[in-house]
Amino acid sequence: MNDFENLSISSAIEGLANKNFTSLELTEFFIKKIEKNKDLNCFITSTFDKAIEMAKISDQKIKENETRSLEGIPIGMKDLFCTNGVRTTAGSKILENFVPFYESTVSNNLWNSGAIMLGKTNMDEFAMGSANTTSFFGNVKNPLGSKVKELVPGGSSGGSASAVSSGLCLGSTGSDTGGSIRQPASFCGLVGLKPTYGRCSRFGMIAFASSLDQAGPITKTVEDSALMLQAMVSFDKKDSTSSRQSIPDFSDFKKLSIKGKRIGIPKEYMIDGLNSDIKKIWDAGISWFKSEGAEILEVSLPHTKSALPTYYIIAPAEASANLARYDGIRYGFRHNADDLNDLYQKTRGLGFGKEVKRRLMIGTYVLSAGYYDAYYLKALKVRKLISQDFEDSFQKCDLILTPTTPNVAFPIGEKQTNPIEMYLNDVLTVPASLAGLPAMSVPSGFNSEKLPVGLQLIGKPFDEISVLAAGAVIEESRGF
Amino acid sequence: MTYVIEGKKDSWQVVLGLEVHAQISSKSKLFSVASTNWGSDPNTQVELVDCGMPGALPVINEYCVDQAVLTGLSLNAEIKKLSIFDRKNYFYPDLPQGYQISQFEHPIVGKGHINIEIEGKVKKIGITRLHLEQDAGKSLHDQDIKNSYIDLNRSGCALMEIVSEPDLNSPIEAAEYVKKLRSILRYIGSCDGNMEKGNLRADVNVSVKREGEKLGTRCEIKNVNSIKFIQQAIEFEAKRQVNIIENGEKIIQETRLFDPNKCETRSMRSKEESHDYRYFPDPDLPPLIISDEKVNSLKEKLPELPDEKKDRFMREFNLSSYDAEVIVNDKDTALFFEKLVKGRDSKVVTNWITGEVFSYLKKINKDMKNSGIAPEKIGSLIDLIVDEKISNRQAKEVFHEYMKSNDDATTFIEKKGLVQLSDQSEINKIIDKVLSDNPKMVDDYQNGKDKLFGFFIGQVMKISKGKANPKLVNELLVKRLKE
Repeated sequence: MNDFENLSISSAIEGLANKNFTSLELTEFFIKKIEKNKDLNCFITSTFDKAIEMAKISDQKIKENETRSLEGIPIGMKDLFCTNGVRTTAGSKILENFVPFYESTVSNNLWNSGAIMLGKTNMDEFAMGSANTTSFFGNVKNPLGSKVKELVPGGSSGGSASAVSSGLCLGSTGSDTGGSIRQPASFCGLVGLKPTYGRCSRFGMIAFASSLDQAGPITKTVEDSALMLQAMVSFDKKDSTSSRQSIPDFSDFKKLSIKGKRIGIPKEYMIDGLNSDIKKIWDAGISWFKSEGAEILEVSLPHTKSALPTYYIIAPAEASANLARYDGIRYGFRHNADDLNDLYQKTRGLGFGKEVKRRLMIGTYVLSAGYYDAYYLKALKVRKLISQDFEDSFQKCDLILTPTTPNVAFPIGEKQTNPIEMYLNDVLTVPASLAGLPAMSVPSGFNSEKLPVGLQLIGKPFDEISVLAAGAVIEESRGF
Repeated sequence: MTYVIEGKKDSWQVVLGLEVHAQISSKSKLFSVASTNWGSDPNTQVELVDCGMPGALPVINEYCVDQAVLTGLSLNAEIKKLSIFDRKNYFYPDLPQGYQISQFEHPIVGKGHINIEIEGKVKKIGITRLHLEQDAGKSLHDQDIKNSYIDLNRSGCALMEIVSEPDLNSPIEAAEYVKKLRSILRYIGSCDGNMEKGNLRADVNVSVKREGEKLGTRCEIKNVNSIKFIQQAIEFEAKRQVNIIENGEKIIQETRLFDPNKCETRSMRSKEESHDYRYFPDPDLPPLIISDEKVNSLKEKLPELPDEKKDRFMREFNLSSYDAEVIVNDKDTALFFEKLVKGRDSKVVTNWITGEVFSYLKKINKDMKNSGIAPEKIGSLIDLIVDEKISNRQAKEVFHEYMKSNDDATTFIEKKGLVQLSDQSEINKIIDKVLSDNPKMVDDYQNGKDKLFGFFIGQVMKISKGKANPKLVNELLVKRLKE
C-alpha cells in the first residue's frame, strides 16, 4: 500500500490523475486509520460504506476522464451540515437520532465535485464552544497532545481539525461563527479559512447565529484551502443571504504577488494576555511580508475591545430563536411529560447541554422587554462601528495580519469553570466575523513547547484570493 | 347617529380599533413553495421551513409582496421602500420554528385610510399600517382524548395584518369597515375574504369612555371570524366594561375570546401573563426593498375600486347612493350589473338584482361569482316584463323555478303557459264578473271607500290566475268604476 500519511489534497489529486493509486485505495487507507484512532473521537458518525461506494464511482469517473475538481478526495464533514440519509446531530443529544432527508448546499456542492464522505466530524454542541468540550458525543483530542497532557483541538470545528491534523482525512468542512474554523486550525497546525459572509450557502447548515455563520474548509495547505473553497461556494437561491458576487478561480492566488501590497497591523490586537511566543511569531510574520516586498503599516481598529461583548450578545440572541425549533414536537429528542410546558422543559432541559443552555439564557435575556435597547440594539450599533473600523483601515491597506488566538492549545479540562476565560479564545477572531470579512488562519510557527501557532489574515469583502496569496507567503517563509 | 351605551349612571361611547388578518390569495406560502390549497389532507403541504427543520431557510415569495403593495395602494396608504422582517418568539406546538416571521417596527405599508358609509354619511377610517407575516399551523385537540395533533398545512401561509386607527365607534361601523375592507381585498384579488375558511379574521380592540374623556383601557378580543360575531362581541364587551367601571372597578388590559354560543367574551390572558415576544430582525432575511418602478407598475394594475365604481354607477346609471353601494360591494355583482344594464332600465335592473337575484343566491347559499348565473338569463326575463309579455308578479312567482330550468325566458313562460293576458275584452269580461258579484262593494267604493280599489284588482288578478296585465287591469277598472 502507498504511503498516504503526508498527502495533501493537491498531491492526492495529482496521484489519482497519474493513476499512482485509486480513490478506493485512498479511502480504505483513511477508513483503517480512522478505526485505529477512535480515541481521538474525531467522528460522531462514520459513513464508510458510503465512502467506498463514492470512491468506486470516482475511480470510474477518473477512468472515463470525467474527473471533477475534488474527484476521489476523502474528507470529513462537520456534523452541522445536514446530509441526506446520514444522521446529523450538531453535537447535541437533542438531535442524537436525527436523520435529515435533505442535503445542505455546501455538502451537496462537495459531493458534486467528487469529494468522498468518510463521516460526520465531532463538534461543540450547536457550534458553541472553543475547545470541543461541549459535544454530547464527548471531547475531541488534539493529536498534538500526549497521553500525559491531552490537549483540546479548539472548537467548535474540533473534530474536523483534529481529523485533518492526525491524517484521518485530507480535508474537512468547518463552520465559523466567531472563530470556529480559524481557532481549531491554529490549535492543530492547519489552514482554516472563513470566507466572506454569503460566499457559502447556509441552506442545510444547522444554524447557530445566522448573521455570522459561515462554512469554510480546514486543510493542510493554502492550496488545498483554495481547492476546497472553490467546491463549497455557490450562489444559492435557497439562502436569502447568499451572495451573488461573482466567484473567481481561487487557484489564481498563485499568480498574485504580494509585492507592493499594504499589510495593516492593528495595534489594538496587541492585547493583554497575548502569549509572548505568539507575539514573536507575529513579528516574524511581519518581517516575512516585508522581505516579500509588501508595505507594512500600522492600522487602528478602535472598537476591537468591544467586539467580544458585542459578539456574546448578538450570537446568543440569534441562537435563542434559532434553537427554539428543538422542542420535541416534530423530530429529535422528546422527553415524556404530563403537559405541554412540562414537555418543553424536560425536552429542552435534558436535550441541551450546559453551554447551549447558558447561551440560550443570555440570548433570551438580551432580547427581553426592557433590556433589548441596552443590550441587543446597542450591540447592533457597535457591530456597525466594528465594520466601519475595518472599512476605514481597508482604505489604507489591502490585508490585515494578526495572531489567530491569544494562546496555543490548552489541556482538556482547563478553562471549564469560568466561561469568560473560554470566550477569550475568540477575542481575535470575532471582529472579522462581526464584519463578515474573509479571514484565514495559517500555521506560522511553534511555541516553546512545539505547539503550533497560527497567524490570521483578514481581507476585504470577497477578496479571498488576496488572503490565500498572503497565506502562501507565510507557508513559503516560515521555514517548515 | 352616535352609538351610546346607557349605563346606570352615565352615557358611554365606544372606541374600537380592528386588526384584520387577511390571508393572501397566493398559490404558495410566504417563505416556501408549499401549496396553500385549502382542505387538503393534514401535513401534505409542508416544505422544510414550514415545519422548522434544522438548516431550513425562508425565501420571500415575491407574489405575496406584490399583493401587499397592491393592497396598500388600494387603502390609499404609503408604501415603504424598505421594510424589515422580524422574529416574534413564542413556543407553541403549531409554531414549528419557535418564532413567527412578521414585521414589527418597519412594516411594508404605512398610514392610509378607507371610507365607510352608514345611513348615507361617509366616515373616513384611518389605517395605521399593514404588515406581512406567516400564519401558524393548526392544533387539533378534538381528534383524540389523550393527544393533540398538529396540521402544518397552514403553517407559513402569507397573512396581511391590517391595523385600523381607533376611529370606529359602533358595532355597525366595525361591521361596515370589515365589509368595505373585504370588498377592496376582493376587488384587487389579494385575499378571497372567506371568513368561514378563516381567510379573514379580526382582532377587535374595545374600550369605553364618557364623552370628552380620553381613551379608556382596552381589551382585545382575538380571532373573531364573522361580521355578525364582531358586532355581538363588541356589544357584549362594551356593556361589560361599562358595568365594571360604573361599579367602581377598573378595566384590566387583557386578551379575551368571544364565545359565539354564549354570545359573551371571556378572559384569555392578562397583560401580566402576556408574552414577551422578543422581536428582533430576522437574520435570515435581508431588508425588503421595494422600488419605485415596482410601485408604479402595480399602480397601473390596480382595478377600479368600490368607491370609484360607486361614483361612476351613480353618475352613469343614475343609481341612488344606497343602491350603488349595494351593487358595488361585491365585484362580481358589479360586473353582473354592468352586463345586465346594457340597453335596459337601470332602476328595473337594480331592483331585480337586489331583490330576486340576491334572495335566490341566499337560498342556494352561493355568491355571484360561483353561482354561474348568466346576465342574459335575468336579462331575457326582465325584457319580457318590460314588453308586457309577463307581469312582474308572475315573473317573481316563477323565478326560482325559472332559475333551475335551462330554458331562456321566452321558452320557459311558453312552456308554463304564463303569457300575460293583455286582451282588453277578456279583461273587461273578468272585471264585469267581479263587479256584478260584489254589488255592495261597488256601492261602497262609489260612496268614497277608495281603498276598495285594491280589492277589485286582487279579484281580477285572482280570476285571471295572475296572468292579467296589471297596468291594463288598472286602467280598465278605473274606467268601469267611473261609469
